[in-house]
Amino acid sequence: MLAFVLRRVFQSLLVLLVVGLVAFSMFRFVGDPVDNMLGQERTQADIDRLRTQLGLDQPFPVQYFKFLQGAVQGNFGVSYRQGRPVADIIAERAPATLELAAVSGLFAITLGIILGVFTAIRRNGVAANAIMTLSLIGVSLPTFLIGILLIYVFSVELDMLPSFGRGDVVDVGWWSTGFLTKSGLMALILPSITLGLYQMTLIMRLVRSEMLEVLRQDYIRFARARGLRERAVNFRHAIKNTLVPVITVTGLQLGSIIAFAIITETVFQWPGVGLLFINAVQFVDIPVMAAYLMLISVMFVAINLIVDLLYFAIDPRLRVDGRH
Amino acid sequence: MTDPVLSVKNLVVEIPTRRAVLRPVDDVSYDIAPGEILGVVGESGAGKSMTGNAVIGLLDRPAHIAGGEIWLKGKRIDNLRADQMRKVRGKEIGMIFQDPLTSLNPLLRIGDQLEETILEHLPVSRAEARKRALQALEEVGIPAAAERLGSYPHEFSGGMRQRVVIALALCAEPSLVIADEPTTALDVSVQAQIIALLKRLCRERGTSVILVTHDMGVIAEAADRVAVMYAGRLAELGPVEQVLNAPRHPYTDGLVGSMPMASAGKERLRQIPGSMPRLGSLPDGCAFHPRCPKADAECRQNPGPTLDATGGRAACWFPVSQEVSA
Repeated sequence: MLAFVLRRVFQSLLVLLVVGLVAFSMFRFVGDPVDNMLGQERTQADIDRLRTQLGLDQPFPVQYFKFLQGAVQGNFGVSYRQGRPVADIIAERAPATLELAAVSGLFAITLGIILGVFTAIRRNGVAANAIMTLSLIGVSLPTFLIGILLIYVFSVELDMLPSFGRGDVVDVGWWSTGFLTKSGLMALILPSITLGLYQMTLIMRLVRSEMLEVLRQDYIRFARARGLRERAVNFRHAIKNTLVPVITVTGLQLGSIIAFAIITETVFQWPGVGLLFINAVQFVDIPVMAAYLMLISVMFVAINLIVDLLYFAIDPRLRVDGRH
Repeated sequence: MTDPVLSVKNLVVEIPTRRAVLRPVDDVSYDIAPGEILGVVGESGAGKSMTGNAVIGLLDRPAHIAGGEIWLKGKRIDNLRADQMRKVRGKEIGMIFQDPLTSLNPLLRIGDQLEETILEHLPVSRAEARKRALQALEEVGIPAAAERLGSYPHEFSGGMRQRVVIALALCAEPSLVIADEPTTALDVSVQAQIIALLKRLCRERGTSVILVTHDMGVIAEAADRVAVMYAGRLAELGPVEQVLNAPRHPYTDGLVGSMPMASAGKERLRQIPGSMPRLGSLPDGCAFHPRCPKADAECRQNPGPTLDATGGRAACWFPVSQEVSA
């Protein structure tokens, strides 16, 4: 078990190293930040001075090595646009994105599993069929369109919920949270649904098909033949067996919730790292982009690691070197 | 004969399909006395398992009971509501499936699976249920049962898992167990042990058994009486020595004749020409007539005479006489 974890951590570090290289080298071809930073009235001397200052005159491997060296210490350099350390900017923006991702992830998982199980158990019912049909909308509509539709209905027409921003936030230490104020919570609703809807329908459809598969298994028949209640058969015997593949996909989906937050944050002008990234791209703010990419890959790798560990918790067959 | 534990009367199971209504079980009747082991043999698709599933109320839709009655200890059970039937399953009728590898939930400890069954049917405390679970494992011959309660199914071998399945089927002390091919998926060396175990446990408790199998050897070893099924109908029903030694129905005769015997020489085994017709295309008259050496006009028009529940007769117009089968 410990050996497995160590091996996975080592593999994860390798993945991060490669992602760092790709990210860093890709951004070298995005454009020249010096153009943007100096404006129209510039001389070649200005350009050279700034290049030296930013270290852009050094050979590529040296730049990458310096980038890695800094990254390990949490130092991603200074934003070209804002002139402040990237780590500070991201730390300031991260709570907004993480809270949004957490709420929409929770929404997607809870509702996805509940509806998935429901549509599997009542697979011929009217309600289940209606939900399945509606779920096609969630799967096929693009995120930004859902966001705009929700804004139109709930902000413009009904005037119930705010259409942009985080509302009032409260600082808890360095973390700014929207969970503690009414306007903060209200502001979370629409973006969370927008961000989570696709994942929710995906999880629901997956849970449903897995559950139908599991319900056909012999051990479910045997559980029925032993006279167990339907509730025990469905929720004790079937659900647990459904979860293993569901966790895999859900884990990856949670990663993409954070990654997809870019679109939702743009639609709702949500002050998170996604919006930060979009602005950074427009300005060729390489340190910010590189840091964002690293951050996202760290999250993906961490989620994958957690998913692998969850398998162990759920499926005893994987605990080869078990506890007895 | 005392009152039967189970009495199946003119049972008909139908599966409506787009083209026609299939009858995997057609007019089947039998009784089982307390403690009796009734073997049910036949080829795949003859309706053996379907009859068992109908008795325990676990037919997969769209299959359903379309006629006849099922009586358990003087109570009619084929028309019970789903929640009442659930209380019969496990408590009154236990069931053992073919494949022990797939009939245990891989993610639950076997102790927990035993306990949940006991708690569902018997009015006992959790501690008492734990004790009974342990006892059930010991009775089926699991070594170090106390430790094994905490094990998961994948930690057992096939034969051991089938023992666990038997413990699960018997733990609420049902009066009837339906064993659906309990040894088919097992190693030959383990088969005899499992059959012997099942036989011993049921003898001790006076539990009746419906032993569904296509293995005549298992029948010969374990059953008191045997029912031979062909294409959904009972072909022959009688005490096991009579049926095996002096089969009356030409189909049974064919089956018995195709059993490999240690005493026989090296000549080829006999076989029944052709194969069982599919349910959608049953011939008129007796379903066996196209393969039957003795069939004539009568057989092509009328199905064999229906068997009564206790009789040792064959559903055949021209039963094989004992001289011919010898």
